[in-house]
Amino acid sequence: MNSFDFSTKIASKRFENPIFTASGCASSGQELSQFFPLSEIGAIVTKSIMNKPRTGRITPRMAETPSGMLNSIGLQGPGIDLFLERDIPWLVENKAKVVVSIAGESVDEYGVLARRLRAVQGISAIEVNISCPNVENRGQVFACQPDTASAVIETVRRNIGGELPIIAKLSPDVTDIVEIAASVIKAGVDGLALINTLLGMVIDLNTMQPKLGGKTGGLSGPAIRPIAVRAIYQVHQAFPNTPIVGMGGVSNGRDALELVLAGATAISVGTATFSDPTAVIKIRDELKSLLIERGFTDFKSAIGYAHRQSA
Amino acid sequence: MDADLNQLKINRNAKQIDAEIISNKKVGPYHHMVFAVGEIAASARPGNFVALSVGGENSASVLRRAFAIYRATDKGLLGGTIELVVAPHGAGSKWLCSLQIGDFVNLIGPLGTAFGIPTTAANTMLIGGGYGSAPLFALAELLKNRGCRVDMVLGASTASKIYAPLEGKRSVSSLTLTTDDGTAGVHGQITESIPRLIREFNTEVIYSCGPMSMLNSINKIAQDFDLVHQCSVEESMACGIGVCMTCVVPVKVNDDIKMLRTCIDGPVMDGSSIIWDKESLKDRLTK
Repeated sequence: MNSFDFSTKIASKRFENPIFTASGCASSGQELSQFFPLSEIGAIVTKSIMNKPRTGRITPRMAETPSGMLNSIGLQGPGIDLFLERDIPWLVENKAKVVVSIAGESVDEYGVLARRLRAVQGISAIEVNISCPNVENRGQVFACQPDTASAVIETVRRNIGGELPIIAKLSPDVTDIVEIAASVIKAGVDGLALINTLLGMVIDLNTMQPKLGGKTGGLSGPAIRPIAVRAIYQVHQAFPNTPIVGMGGVSNGRDALELVLAGATAISVGTATFSDPTAVIKIRDELKSLLIERGFTDFKSAIGYAHRQSA
Repeated sequence: MDADLNQLKINRNAKQIDAEIISNKKVGPYHHMVFAVGEIAASARPGNFVALSVGGENSASVLRRAFAIYRATDKGLLGGTIELVVAPHGAGSKWLCSLQIGDFVNLIGPLGTAFGIPTTAANTMLIGGGYGSAPLFALAELLKNRGCRVDMVLGASTASKIYAPLEGKRSVSSLTLTTDDGTAGVHGQITESIPRLIREFNTEVIYSCGPMSMLNSINKIAQDFDLVHQCSVEESMACGIGVCMTCVVPVKVNDDIKMLRTCIDGPVMDGSSIIWDKESLKDRLTK
């Protein structure tokens, strides 16, 4: 079945296949390139970059949980200057499709980052991370309120210009994710990334204190997959024409297909990369086989299949 | 930014393989395990580690476990092998210890930095806490072959928890044991013996591996004596290959603080560059 069309699209941008890395789970690609050519997957979604270099939080930053883990990194990163000077040229040279994830402490910071990225060659899309849970003040999680979520997106839209697709990364830690999705779609996003990690905590029984230095952390891994499937299903049902980059505990082709059937246009792989650096390749190949087995002749016709009325 | 840090470091020699277990023996409270790893053995250096998947296909443990390489042999009857010392503490390491000869484990390695070797023959002291002694024996052999004096000091809470196999002792000029409960060697914490031994052996370079609190105490002693101190550090780690940013330690770089990954810039680090008192950083790190 060489004729199977595995490509996918987000707004005007075409990707060879729908398997991406998840932001924060692939750094800027260099480390994974030891294990596979980055051009083999749909896109590298880089770790959310901020305007200034950032140390991140105190350790311990990680706690393993049943079928998952908590992380409390706090957006450690080199800042946009070094990122543009060092990481983007390297990714372009290595023929990777690049989705740049950005994060800010204020609406203005997102605007500054969007301006810095507008003229950069070799970027396929911008992921606007408005849902990182590892911040001091819960009020800083822009994706928790429709008005703050849309304020960020409007600013990015205004500053980015051109036709670079904007993808808003949303948090599942809200009462109604469809309402948040509606607000960012109205503000002009081209796609959504669902879901970011959920806020969690582990208490160490030896110290009888929270295990993470930052006390709370983001829960990821297979434990959260049903939440991702639900969120993607709900949002796709409400906005069937908005592309969704689905993520949340995808560890194999079966998991990826589940998110596609719920409505995902592409799949990001996060925590699975920590357990297996070549997980993205395995998932890509397994997903393709599963789709062909089920009689699909192209990837696109499987998107949101679970919403069809059974005959 | 420091030019050295600007360089993109990746694990150039790392490979991912399914490694067959060719031996698994209980040694006191630990397991000595041998894996057939092919060419990985040839590129492993003392101080490097490997990351193993645990729990099998349907495991609820999604993360790898990192183990310092005890010994790597690149030409044996079974091709390249590496040996690990595993303490069955948690669910993952217990599962690993329960495996049989002929079972396979997914392994990535060699990972991380190796111990630096002096360019001239020096008096070295190798200090290991508990099974933290594991990577020190291969280091001892290497140092001995370079003409260094090698004094080894191994400590643990009690005698059975000292890992000091016979063949590992061949390369050392002296071996001192310490136990907190006095069941073997010198009675007391390992760090209490170190200043006396440094004076006795005229130590110039210290290598250490063990719990962070022990490494911190050794680092203070190394600074008092103005000695080079290379330590193998540990911090909660998720991926082992440099992508997750969880396993960082704070390091002084000029006047700045960098959170460096122990899986890429470590596990072997210069003790004097590490900021051991994390509490002192509270105001300088992201809240």
